[in-house]
Amino acid sequence: MAADMTQQNTATAEHIEYVTRLGDNALILGQRLSEWCGHAPVIEEDLALANIALDLVGQARLLLTHAGKLEGSGRDEDQMAFLRVERDYRNITMMEVPNEDFGRSTVRNFLFSTFQVLLWERLVQSSDRELAAIAAKSLKEARYHLNHSAEWVIRLGDGTAVSHDKTQAALYYLWPYTAELFAANPTDEAVSAAGIGPAWSELEAAWEAMVLPVLAEATLVVPARTPFKSYGKFGRHSEHMGHLLATMQYMQRTYPGASW
Amino acid sequence: MLTEAQAWTLLDTVPDPEVPVVSVVELGIIRELRCREDGLTVVVTPTYSGCPATEVIGLAIRDTLVAAGAGRVELETRLDPAWTSDWIGEAAREKLRAYGIVPPTGKAAVGGPQPIRFVKKTLTCPRCGSNDTERLSEFGSTACKATYRCKACLEPFEYFKPI
Repeated sequence: MAADMTQQNTATAEHIEYVTRLGDNALILGQRLSEWCGHAPVIEEDLALANIALDLVGQARLLLTHAGKLEGSGRDEDQMAFLRVERDYRNITMMEVPNEDFGRSTVRNFLFSTFQVLLWERLVQSSDRELAAIAAKSLKEARYHLNHSAEWVIRLGDGTAVSHDKTQAALYYLWPYTAELFAANPTDEAVSAAGIGPAWSELEAAWEAMVLPVLAEATLVVPARTPFKSYGKFGRHSEHMGHLLATMQYMQRTYPGASW
Repeated sequence: MLTEAQAWTLLDTVPDPEVPVVSVVELGIIRELRCREDGLTVVVTPTYSGCPATEVIGLAIRDTLVAAGAGRVELETRLDPAWTSDWIGEAAREKLRAYGIVPPTGKAAVGGPQPIRFVKKTLTCPRCGSNDTERLSEFGSTACKATYRCKACLEPFEYFKPI
């Protein structure tokens, strides 16, 4: 508890922002994946996607609880998750775009879980002890998510003509959004300088080194980088975010403070 | 008031709600018990971040201890070190197998090598003992289990994943 108090008093705005981004990435992708429950192509994948969604929502609970403590405003995980307005969410845009089909959901899980594995590996060393503990726990889960999604990317990409085309279309759609992961920004610079965590841009080379061989094995063409930019982690979201929040926040907005 | 030893014995009767053949103590999630003047503090390390059983387990621990006269029971969550399936004891592993769940094999790869795709892991069917088994999914009915199938007796079974 004493350590918590110290942290509370010394947390910078950048530190809070950084943890909020991590929490919101997990929360919003968890919400999207939970839409698959009862709709996946086969029962095993229905279970898998629901389990991955659960892991992510669990990570979001820990991270948003921590962000609430750091900001010292008394907001708990539920207030963070359900009662903020769109502009206050700091997930990258790729998390909020619709599932579309199993191919796109799978490719997104692969691109993002690769990033998560690399990020958690670094955050295990964070000077923020609570964040380091969350990282050590989440890393184990992310490795399973990565293994699972990478296998499916290969199966689908190197599968039938239909599965290949859908997976390739998914990669064309999602690839431009991955640039946001590695875009330099003042939050990352401050957090990196303080030893709390890496600037995400530091992970780009390692991420490509893990992602590209799998895409090649899946016989997928990697799109060229374009000038397209997305800004979800700065709170400027796509048109899909409002719809997602309307669904996700419905209960707490209708019955404020509801619990069961 | 209960002694610490009595409390441990009682907690060993609290089953995991998802895998009721093992207790929360055998699962290794009870990390510490502290006796206070007015009751007990139980330190719990959750298994998976999103495990829905976590809250039910908390309630069961509290109910069991309070019913036995432990006074005021407080639960404390400890994340560090993260829970690992390595903490499941030998006896509990045998109970899992008898129940039809293959216990985690080897040591969990904590900080270990990157995952290798399409690895063939040979598991022995907990029902007929055949090694002719295949993985159906890395995930199962709960976050902690994967789904397998025995090609000899044709029965599906679960595998408690090393983590």
